[in-house]
Amino acid sequence: MLRVLRILLWALVVTGLAGVGTYFYLGQQKGAVQPLVTIGGPFKLAATTGETIDSTGLKGEPFAVFFGFTHCPEVCPTTLYEMSSTLGKLGDEAKNLRVYFVTVDPERDTLDFMKSYLTSFDPRIIGLRPSADELAQIAKAYRVFYERVPTSDGGYTMNHTALVYLMDREGRFFGTLDYEEKPEMRLTKLKRLLKEG
Amino acid sequence: MKFVREIIVAVALTVAAFTSSVAHAHDYKVGSLVINHPWTPEPPMGAKVAAGFLKITNEGSADDRLVSVTTEIAGNAQVHGMKVENGVMSMFEIAGGLVIPAGQTVELKSKSNHVMFMDLKQRPTKDTRFKATLTFEKAGPVAVEFKVEPMGAGHEHEGM
Repeated sequence: MLRVLRILLWALVVTGLAGVGTYFYLGQQKGAVQPLVTIGGPFKLAATTGETIDSTGLKGEPFAVFFGFTHCPEVCPTTLYEMSSTLGKLGDEAKNLRVYFVTVDPERDTLDFMKSYLTSFDPRIIGLRPSADELAQIAKAYRVFYERVPTSDGGYTMNHTALVYLMDREGRFFGTLDYEEKPEMRLTKLKRLLKEG
Repeated sequence: MKFVREIIVAVALTVAAFTSSVAHAHDYKVGSLVINHPWTPEPPMGAKVAAGFLKITNEGSADDRLVSVTTEIAGNAQVHGMKVENGVMSMFEIAGGLVIPAGQTVELKSKSNHVMFMDLKQRPTKDTRFKATLTFEKAGPVAVEFKVEPMGAGHEHEGM
């Protein structure tokens, strides 16, 4: 009787272990699966540096890209400010890191205006001004939402995705920086991008 | 006894933290409203807009509303709401004015309701102040000064 019980218990242990093993194995397999949604894609846009930035020419260097507009009271200047202070902390470690600020309001944001606006921030941040069509294209590639909202004074403001997209040296999506994130977290993520991206 | 001491220390620390962070604050009073520390983070070069933040406490027994903001430095100013949801930032005008409920404090702050100064006529630079008039439905108009603080100051304010 005791023997039967012992065999049963061992059988249970073996089944249990096998179950746990399979679970972890499948878990790992799952992790290896490529994401179904791709974020990002090639772009070729007019830049505040006077050149046209062709993203396919960026291969070999990771980069960051985010979307905003200069008639933005808080989120955009804050994002630019935080990015500048993170770049400052990274110093030479990030000397080749390019950060692109794509306007979702090309109507008001001319390259000259953006250039002067960006003098308040780290010079590694470069402004990109798409045409309306180019904007629709890049927004679709990056899954970025933007819309124009009229204001009562006859003007308008923009609602838009406020994430910073981190792209690896192959131009593939690596991660995001969130608007709500702590400075240490942003620093860690950018360090990781530079090392592994 | 130890517990009581702990509470005293905690309260003292909170008070100290609070006092140090609002040491540079400035207040205004109109009717039963107290307006605390209107300020603006310095906007980037050439910016046409800036955000304004402040705290309004209604010590009275009736609700009031902030119906308008005017200033010499901007062509227009509106009270806007702002939220970030699923990574998307959206802004909207607060129609009919911002309600300041009786007995409560309403804070216009980073990532939330703010005054949006539009069509800036001059760039507010840090360590300066600019004049503005806040008009309330019941309490009426009150002249205030917005202090211009360095860019990124919002996060220090939040840190308290």
